[in-house]
Amino acid sequence: MTPISYLEIFKALNSEAMLAVAALAALTLDLASLRRAEPVMRRRTIGTVAVIGLLASVIPLWQQLGHPRTVLLGGTLAVDDLILVFKLVIVALTLITVLISMDYDVGRHVGEYFAVMIFGAIGMLLLISAEELLTIFVALELTSISLYILTAFHKSELRSQEAALKYFMFGAISSAFLLFGLSYVYGVTGMSSLSGIREAVKNSGVGMSPLLATGMLFVIIGFGFKVAVVPFHLWAPDAYEGAPTPVAAFIATGSKVASFFVLLKVLFVGFAGLEGSAFWGHFSSGWTMLLAITGALSMVLGNFVAIVQRNVKRLLAYSSIAHAGYIFIGLVAASRMGATSVLFYIIVYSLTNLGAFGVVAALSSRAGGDELQDFDGMAKRAPFLSSLMLIFVLSLAGIPPLGGFLGKFYLFASAIQRDSQNFGLLWLVVLGILMSAVSLYYYLVLLKHIYVIDSKDQSRIITPTYLNVALGLVALAVVLLGVYPKPILELLNGLVAAL
Amino acid sequence: MQVDWTIYLTFLGAGLILLLPRDSKNLIRWVALLTGVAALLVGLKNYFDYNAWVNAELAAHNGVLTDGFKQIVNVPWIPALNVNYHLAVDGINFPLIILNGFVCVTGILFSWNIENRVKEFFAFFLTLIAGVYGVFMSMDLFLLFVFYELAIIPKYFVIAIWGSTRKEYGAMKLVLYSFVGSALVFIGILAVFFSAGGQSFDILELVKHPLAPEVQIWVFPLIFVGFAVLAGMWPFHTWAPTGHVAAPTAASMLLAGVVMKLGSYGCFRAAMLLFPQGLEHWKWWIAVLAVIGIVYGAGVALVQKDFKFIIGYSSVSHMGFVLLGLATLNVMGMSGAILQMFSHGIVASLLFAVVGRMVYDRTHTRQLDELGGLAKVIPFACVTFVIGGAASMGMPGFSGFVAEYQILVGAFQMHPLLALAAGLSIPLTVAYILNANNKVFMDRDEPAGGHGHGHGSEESSHPPLPPITLPEGVAAIILMALLVIVGLYPSIMLNMIKANMELFLRGGR
Repeated sequence: MTPISYLEIFKALNSEAMLAVAALAALTLDLASLRRAEPVMRRRTIGTVAVIGLLASVIPLWQQLGHPRTVLLGGTLAVDDLILVFKLVIVALTLITVLISMDYDVGRHVGEYFAVMIFGAIGMLLLISAEELLTIFVALELTSISLYILTAFHKSELRSQEAALKYFMFGAISSAFLLFGLSYVYGVTGMSSLSGIREAVKNSGVGMSPLLATGMLFVIIGFGFKVAVVPFHLWAPDAYEGAPTPVAAFIATGSKVASFFVLLKVLFVGFAGLEGSAFWGHFSSGWTMLLAITGALSMVLGNFVAIVQRNVKRLLAYSSIAHAGYIFIGLVAASRMGATSVLFYIIVYSLTNLGAFGVVAALSSRAGGDELQDFDGMAKRAPFLSSLMLIFVLSLAGIPPLGGFLGKFYLFASAIQRDSQNFGLLWLVVLGILMSAVSLYYYLVLLKHIYVIDSKDQSRIITPTYLNVALGLVALAVVLLGVYPKPILELLNGLVAAL
Repeated sequence: MQVDWTIYLTFLGAGLILLLPRDSKNLIRWVALLTGVAALLVGLKNYFDYNAWVNAELAAHNGVLTDGFKQIVNVPWIPALNVNYHLAVDGINFPLIILNGFVCVTGILFSWNIENRVKEFFAFFLTLIAGVYGVFMSMDLFLLFVFYELAIIPKYFVIAIWGSTRKEYGAMKLVLYSFVGSALVFIGILAVFFSAGGQSFDILELVKHPLAPEVQIWVFPLIFVGFAVLAGMWPFHTWAPTGHVAAPTAASMLLAGVVMKLGSYGCFRAAMLLFPQGLEHWKWWIAVLAVIGIVYGAGVALVQKDFKFIIGYSSVSHMGFVLLGLATLNVMGMSGAILQMFSHGIVASLLFAVVGRMVYDRTHTRQLDELGGLAKVIPFACVTFVIGGAASMGMPGFSGFVAEYQILVGAFQMHPLLALAAGLSIPLTVAYILNANNKVFMDRDEPAGGHGHGHGSEESSHPPLPPITLPEGVAAIILMALLVIVGLYPSIMLNMIKANMELFLRGGR
């Protein structure tokens, strides 16, 4: 075993180190000089520190782009272009979440809020680099624990406390499942790195042993909780509703991107060869079958339950359960095109959802609530943010030419392409398409409140310019991903080949 | 300018309107109108160029067309999926492109009196128009689908915000029906793409490599029915009457005038072109459903109490003619179907304008029992309705006659009973048009309008209604002129349609 070179690690994880410094700086600054300042002023100052830290962390990531893949600590952490691209995505998502938070009342503990948020982001960055079971677990816990704390930040609100407790309980159970599953996988294969597991499975020639199947099942259950698919979704609506809106946005976007990215790697690299089959009439045990079933349930339940929601954040929570189901279709395809489509979709989806939550955060704090009727007449009260919401919601509904449409098209196309002779996955695609038609209903109901129904209160809502610009850029990205997807699709397609 | 500029100009107009201040309503109206007119002129110029080209080709090759398509643009758009941005025009979509232009311009004129949220109205309106232009020109299935969906969403807002009777219900029903239809199309498109090897979404490429018959037989109905929902095919038509009634005038005009044509055009361009064997297998079903729709729509229109519902159901009936014509698979019937799309687009726009703008906006009622004697108060509306109605019932001299006559002849060649059954609707049409005309414009027993003047005696004149405005008059005259021009001189449209249909039936593309 080669001696550990801390310099190498530091070089590879330069951006994480910078973020840690920024988080500590935020804490210190708040503690040292801003305790008595106005809350708005405190949020803006400390938020700026966080923004600077995040912007600075882009530089090392950018510089590492284009270099050959490096692996650290015997395969625990890896750095390659695909990983760097997704680290950049995480940084961008965190940056926008911070900007949304600067405009949102997060209570007295401003320094802690931004610091914990950045710790969460560090967890996500590590998660994306991680290629070994224990590192994955540790990074996932760092992310999750930061998010539990953030969820409880509305200290005076019972709703927030309940949400945090629920989120924590479910999260803890899911971690237990995950750890248990990982230990089985390690026990069977004797390897803890993803590529090692693949080799061990291939060389053993046994394929799916009962013990390995149990381990895989538990791992999928654990991840199922993290990405909130049916039947492991119960925490999501409460957590989204109770958490401060920017935190809900962070849970729905940053943590989802990281979790899906690592899930993709675990399945496509670690469990390669254990796919089984989800083709209609030819089911055989393996992870595609499990994912097909949970994905189908998520699409159906998420979309139908979203219809009856009256709270915008709960509605978005159920919609994100449904979207996790769509993403599973791409995973079930278990092909290069499937991987590209999943990666493309999580980028589009996280940007869209972040934008939607951002608008909800900005408007609900000024309109006095986040129920559907609080958004009545917003098209007149806040025309700019309403038009952005139109873009985000239609993209979630999968209306062209927005990114959400192309993403969905690509996911479904990858599933058909997997078995283009017999259309073995057509059942899943048909279900997904029909469920998108269902989803249009509740998305239009949301837009109806914004655009059609008039409110008594006609006062204009003024939002800070930096927020408008940030959300406007997100909307622009959502449109561009749909209208001019060529560069990003080619990039992802090229990078996925190395998986 | 190439004809694709109709799309870009309309989008630009919509974008420009978004930038204008919301209080300068007249400026917004004028920008919208100029956009519509500019796009129409571009369309017309290219239409006549193409018409001249087709005539020259026909003259040069003994009346046979070798390739009807004029390519406009064909560049890769999403290489990862082999999607191309491919626009082209032929004699089938050109009449529909200029139809869209005319409905756009007249729709804007008939919406001149909208005062509420003018900016958003015209922005949505023009987006919808641009999407429709895009659908008609797209030769790539993916692109066609993108434009098609782009045209669905603005309809929701236009109806739900500016509509009337049960507007939110009507809007939601319409959008969900269209979206479920497009979901079927989506599945069908994926199936075609991968069955053909995943190389291209291009219609003109796919048509060269027809799919295996067993695939055609199950994919054809997916795509055909998906589009036919929007064409108002019985029994998927129920969105149409409620949607038309709920919509504001300009949106009713658009819905009946062009959006329903998106459906029938999609049926032709995507389903019939790509699946000849599927079509052969299903054509009797289509014909029978079309005939049921024709008779059913006319019969139901006869018993309606609401003026707008009459026109709504008449649209279902007339769109049945289009589908019947397409199913005949002979030049006569299919050319008639395309001409009927144009003709009904104009007729329906005109009739909805009379109902929604000229009558309802003045009297605030559409119930036949509450209306009456309007011929004296707004004679222009009466004349317009009579002319539109005459075209609707297929009176010789109007475009409707040329179209429906050909469809019936074509249907007769397919099976005499089809023509006979469809012909039943003609007396029904005459009956409901005359009935509406009598009750709304002629009956003098009851005063016009429901409000505030219930006890007017027989000789007291009707309450003063606002006179017909200039924009209304201009728009109505444009539409009426089109009906007569195409009715008396159909070859300006029929030549190119027939030449292209012959080409299609020879399997020549």
